[in-house]
Amino acid sequence: MKPWRNPGFWLPLVIVLVWGAVVLLIHQDTMRETAFILLMAVGLASSLNILLGYTGYVSFGHIVFFGLGGYTGFYLLSEQGWPLFAAAIGGGLLSALIAGLVGLAVLRLRGAYFALATIGINEAARAFVSNFEPFGGPTGMFVNFSAYQKYGGPGEALWITFIFLWVTTMVVLLVSYLVKHSRFGLGLLAIREDEDAAMVMGVKAPKAKTITYIISAFFPGVIGTLYFFKNGNVEPGDAFQLHMSIEMLVMVMLGGMGTVMGPLLGAVGYQWLRGYLLTSPIFKDLHLAVAGAMLLLIILFVPAGVVGWVRNHFRRLQKVLE
Amino acid sequence: MILQVQDVTQRFGGLQALTDVTFDLPEGQILGLIGPNGAGKTTLFNVINGVYSPERGKVIFRGEDVTRMPSYEVARRGLARTHQVVRPLHDLSVRENVMVGACYGREKHSLKEARRLADDALTQVGLIDRADQPSGSLNVAQKKRLEMARALAAKPYLILLDEVLAGLNPSEIAAMMETVRAIRDQGITILMIEHVMQAIMAISDRILVLDYGILIAAGLPEEVANNPQVIEAYLGDPKMTAQLLAE
Repeated sequence: MKPWRNPGFWLPLVIVLVWGAVVLLIHQDTMRETAFILLMAVGLASSLNILLGYTGYVSFGHIVFFGLGGYTGFYLLSEQGWPLFAAAIGGGLLSALIAGLVGLAVLRLRGAYFALATIGINEAARAFVSNFEPFGGPTGMFVNFSAYQKYGGPGEALWITFIFLWVTTMVVLLVSYLVKHSRFGLGLLAIREDEDAAMVMGVKAPKAKTITYIISAFFPGVIGTLYFFKNGNVEPGDAFQLHMSIEMLVMVMLGGMGTVMGPLLGAVGYQWLRGYLLTSPIFKDLHLAVAGAMLLLIILFVPAGVVGWVRNHFRRLQKVLE
Repeated sequence: MILQVQDVTQRFGGLQALTDVTFDLPEGQILGLIGPNGAGKTTLFNVINGVYSPERGKVIFRGEDVTRMPSYEVARRGLARTHQVVRPLHDLSVRENVMVGACYGREKHSLKEARRLADDALTQVGLIDRADQPSGSLNVAQKKRLEMARALAAKPYLILLDEVLAGLNPSEIAAMMETVRAIRDQGITILMIEHVMQAIMAISDRILVLDYGILIAAGLPEEVANNPQVIEAYLGDPKMTAQLLAE
């Protein structure tokens, strides 16, 4: 089947395309900021889903790739004067490289052991960066103002960063679809269902898992660079927040793991709820507690998430929601 | 010889699971592997296809030493198997399950080609009507057929069948035996573990008997059935002894 005839392929892409185009047309700063946070959540959740949803490996510390990649990209951009595009790719590549090296070791672990190891990696990276002088140690780095001048001042630079994130998000969704519908992806799904049986059928599980880990680490690195450039500074406390990792998991589980559309819906849905909770006088300090409770309820009652639930109950929508 | 097993020894802690197991399997035959429960039959399969690395000994498949190779490497050289406890990939459809076999087996097929091969294999085992169902929805007999289809789609030279008849009713057994014969007639060599004595005696060219990890007899079905050591091994189970003697 030709992919463009399949709504499951183009629907998520068109949603993000139209969404970003509307933001660009209206050209309002507050709207851009909201869309930035939402698109970032979609990109991060979709990246995590490529690992979590397709191989079933739960990475609890996935935010480490956002942090490390973001730090590296920020350093290249601000200290080395690289252009934004190159710096973002550089940040992504560093995350991918770290994932490749770490993956060889930790992907031998399964289940809870893997999840725990990924938390350890995040904490180790935070401790390392806090003591790494080229990255500014515990105080982090501030953007060199001349970096904004290249893009016509801070105002313009923020719009360019937004466009970048918008495109990156679409690329993540595209990759997510292509992986799922490839021969490689079928091998991953086999690993998710029964890794030993998959290997007996000839799936090279160690290699496939490592490649997947690398793909799912690359995009958070790119997104991290864009995010910290937009913020103008980066510090260890912002880059390696474990709760963001958990929120990524909630987004994927809420939307439906192992689907392309799920992380998109889950991220937007969760961020919307989070925005509501943070501004409500009763819940403002409890939004993480709500996230935790949600994760529990989803796993107990709708393990397939929104998209999975709809797919199971309305078979005709299966072609629309991938 | 398509498969040569030489002096294979495997221990789990204090349990001697296999001791110096040696046999050859010529191409195109059906070799039956029997023995009481816990004799080490499935362990032997796991050693042959790379799930376990034996402590000692060699497994030579089509002239190549495959001992201690990971199971996916052995699979890609054309050795497929089914599991005694069926292991379908639950969330995938029946067809997708079989496509994994076709994509990652001896011939590395694209998804499109794999779909065609999967449908062929499903037709051969009689599951084509259920191709679009989730594999978790099949009953045990159908799951056994699914395991066979997955193995067949890999286009193996040798297939290891682990108790494909267990839990089936007599008419299902007869149908499955037809399927096994048809696979052999395609030119695929078969090594099968079975507890249903009449079936395995009828279908095998040769029989191996394992007891406490030791190969106690090997030969034609009638020779093995009259071997006093084999009868003794089964004496704990009078019904099986009677079955053997009746053969």
